[in-house]
Amino acid sequence: MTARIVHIARNTFREAVRDRVLYNLIAFALLLSGAAIFVGQISIDIERLVVVNLGLSAVSLFGVVIAIFIGIGLVSKEIEKRTLYTVLSRPVRRWEFIIGKFFGLAGTLVVNTFFMAIGVFGALLYVAHRFSRPDALILVALYFIVLEFFIICSLALLFSSFSSPLLSAVFAFSLFVIGSFADDLRGFAGLTHGFTRWFATGAAYLVPNFSALNVISAVAHQQPLGAQLILQNTLYALFYTAMALSGAVLIFERRNLK
Amino acid sequence: MAAIEILGLQKTYMIGFWRKRPKRALEPLHLTVEEGEIFGFLGPNGAGKTTTLKMLMGLVFPTAGTARILGHAWTDPAVKAQIGFLPEQPYFYDYLTAHELLDYYGQLSGVPAHDRKRRTEEVLARVGLTDIKGLQLRKFSKGMLQRAGIAQAILHNPRLVFLDEPMSGLDPLGRREVRDLIEQLKQEGKTVFFSTHILSDAEALCDRVAIIHNGQLRGVGEVEELTSSVQGKVEVVWQGTQVPASMNALGAQCHVTGDTVRAVLPENQQDAAIDALRRERIRLIAITPLRTSLEAYFVEKLQPSQTAAGTTVGTAAGTNA
Repeated sequence: MTARIVHIARNTFREAVRDRVLYNLIAFALLLSGAAIFVGQISIDIERLVVVNLGLSAVSLFGVVIAIFIGIGLVSKEIEKRTLYTVLSRPVRRWEFIIGKFFGLAGTLVVNTFFMAIGVFGALLYVAHRFSRPDALILVALYFIVLEFFIICSLALLFSSFSSPLLSAVFAFSLFVIGSFADDLRGFAGLTHGFTRWFATGAAYLVPNFSALNVISAVAHQQPLGAQLILQNTLYALFYTAMALSGAVLIFERRNLK
Repeated sequence: MAAIEILGLQKTYMIGFWRKRPKRALEPLHLTVEEGEIFGFLGPNGAGKTTTLKMLMGLVFPTAGTARILGHAWTDPAVKAQIGFLPEQPYFYDYLTAHELLDYYGQLSGVPAHDRKRRTEEVLARVGLTDIKGLQLRKFSKGMLQRAGIAQAILHNPRLVFLDEPMSGLDPLGRREVRDLIEQLKQEGKTVFFSTHILSDAEALCDRVAIIHNGQLRGVGEVEELTSSVQGKVEVVWQGTQVPASMNALGAQCHVTGDTVRAVLPENQQDAAIDALRRERIRLIAITPLRTSLEAYFVEKLQPSQTAAGTTVGTAAGTNA
């Protein structure tokens, strides 16, 4: 069982690499090195702030785009191209396929984020000439970004298990945008009454809370992050991912592959 | 032991915008395929062959019915380690090479690592795909993809092989090689279940065939028996373009083609026909008893009048229709 998931994950990773997904690293490197040189010349005392903000935002944005645009095709493309037929006619259970695909894409994003993180720290070293203790918080921000990717991957997979790639992209991107303002949505719910309050509260808790996972600004300003936040975000992201993957499995288990 | 027992599998799709209109893709199908035989599943395009195969592979869920493969429930994942499947017009991960593809499928089928490399080389040689190291599948021709598809179906040495239109996309030489391969699989004791609408392939290869049309099983029978039934007539062929009056008197139906004449007449008039040709000093080329071709049987079973009888024939699986 575990071995089959690993094989599927490894193949998904290989597909992403051969489809030149990691080429985005070149664009990222160009963006960051250009920004570092530019910021170094025009900023006074806020180089670190700008580089951390820009670098982590770029890591998040590049990863989200990859997670959505690969994730939406993970299942639907396999059905459309009929590559799934020769996989599922082997002793592979459908849920193993979904979980394998998830780990493959999540692994791709972790590797991608690892290289981008090196870029961020490199740019930071270039503008600040040395690392300071609060820079370690960048690792926490990167960890939260990876958790964010897990949620987006699982949502993209969920949508991919029942709809077309285009609709899946629309759904996943919409949820990403709404989820980025989840805190505001919760605040809005608190201000309303009656049915609107119920609806807004339900929606606020149903959409993924990406705003809680976004600590880029806090890290850029060297504000401390508590261990409780790390634990809460970890549990929340894992729970949300598990729920979305369960939904994807439930739908895919019943789907006719015509 | 039966390799495949299909026990009333049926499929109805709900179509239309609200998915309320039922469309029957497969009527209740009862069919038994014995171990070690080559079984042809024949029918025109859209007859229900692929739907049946997809249900057996667990890709499509039946509306009702069940099946057993190699003595186990067809949904049992363990059974799948013992079967191979070639889908119609196969398409594979085109960023992989054939070696990588087979290694991946070998992993999924549970082939031990130390066997995979050897098996991969063996099956690629068997399907005529050698000297392709490093070539990604995106650069493969249709025929090469079909060969790769057959290779992945037999990679893990399955006991039962399902082939959906295995000759599709192959040139005459390739078709011949695939026919030889299917024969070899039978000699190795494997069961081969293949769907096709090319009757000559089925006639050359199959022990038994089933004919399906519009989702209904129209007949099942042994190819040898279906094609050996003599119709009580003989075909007499002679050289020339003239038809002697004596032949017409015997009730022969004559057709002149080029410089030969073919006459079909009752078997009991055979000697009289030979005498008549001798008298006219005409050179006799051949006398052959007329046999039913698989094509004639196929066409007969596709007639609308057979519809009602079709399901009944299907339930008496394993017997000649």
